[in-house]
Amino acid sequence: MKTAVIVFPGSNCDRDMYEAIQCGLGVEVEYVWHAETSLAGFDAIMIPGGFSYGDYLRTGAIARFSNIMPAIVQAANEGKPVLGVCNGFQILLEAGLLPGALIRNKNLKFMCRTVGLEVVNPHTMFSSLYEKGEVIRLPIAHGEGNYYCDEATLAKLKAENRIVFKYQNNPNGSVADIAGIINEKGNVLGMMPHPERAVDALLGNVSGLRLFQSILKHWRDSVATVTA
Amino acid sequence: MKKVKVYVTLKEGVLDPQGKAVEGAMHRLGYPEASGVRIGKFIEFAMTDDACSDQNIRELCEKLFANTVIEEFRYEVEEVTSP
Repeated sequence: MKTAVIVFPGSNCDRDMYEAIQCGLGVEVEYVWHAETSLAGFDAIMIPGGFSYGDYLRTGAIARFSNIMPAIVQAANEGKPVLGVCNGFQILLEAGLLPGALIRNKNLKFMCRTVGLEVVNPHTMFSSLYEKGEVIRLPIAHGEGNYYCDEATLAKLKAENRIVFKYQNNPNGSVADIAGIINEKGNVLGMMPHPERAVDALLGNVSGLRLFQSILKHWRDSVATVTA
Repeated sequence: MKKVKVYVTLKEGVLDPQGKAVEGAMHRLGYPEASGVRIGKFIEFAMTDDACSDQNIRELCEKLFANTVIEEFRYEVEEVTSP
C-alpha cells in the first residue's frame, strides 16, 4: 500500500504521520507537497494536522483551494481511503468532502491532552480492528475542534452510523460528542484526535496503530479480491 | 473600479465563545446593559466594474469568505472615486 502524506505550508504533524505509516505500519509512504496536482499511484491519502496557511480566514479555508485538492477529491471519488486528522479534518470539511464545520472550542482554550474515545462504528475501513463500544485513549491538540452541524445533518449522521468516534468527556463542545465522522461512501474519515501520535509503545500509547492497520487490512482485502 | 466590503458573522444559533468572553468583559467594564455580542470578520477588496456582479461576489462569499454551515454574510459595493 503506497501512502501519501499531503504537506501544506503550516502542516506540523506531517512528520508524525509519515513515521506512523513507515515505522508503525511498515508500508511505503511519500510526502506530497500541496503544489503538486496528481496523486496517481497512491492507494491511501493522509491529510495531517497543523495550521495550514496559518489558519488564515478559517481553519482549512485556504488549503481547500490549493493545487493538490482536486486530486484529493478525485481519490475520494475513486473510493481510496482518505484520512484527515485535526487540521486535515478541518480541510475535508471546508472542501465539502465531509458535512459540518469545526468552530472554536467552547472554553476558548487550545487543548493538548489525552482523552478517552468510544469507538461507535467499527464497521469502517478505518476502524475494523477496534471493537464496538471499545474505549481507547488518543491525544488531542486543537483550538478549533468543536464540531458543529445542523440538526438534519446530525440526524443523518446518526441514522447512517457515520459517527465513528465520540468523546467520553466532551472536551470542546462538539455536538453529540463527535470526535470523528465518515462520508456516505465510507472512505473519507475526519477526526480531531491524533492516531498518528499513538503508534509506538515507547511513547506510551499504541491505541492509534489499529486505525492504520485497519486501512492496510482493507487495502489487502481489496487487492486480494481484485486478483482472485 | 469598485470597492467591495464583506461582513461575515456567525449564524444565529451557532455558539460564539469569543462573543461571550467579550460580553463578560463589557459587563465588567460597567456596561451590564450590553448583550448579544457576536464577533465577525470584515473583508474589503477592489474589483473592476465589469467583474463586480452580485453573482461573482456571492460566489466569493459562499465559497471562500464565509463557511455557510456556520456563518452568514452581507456585503456593500461602493464606487471608488479616483483622486
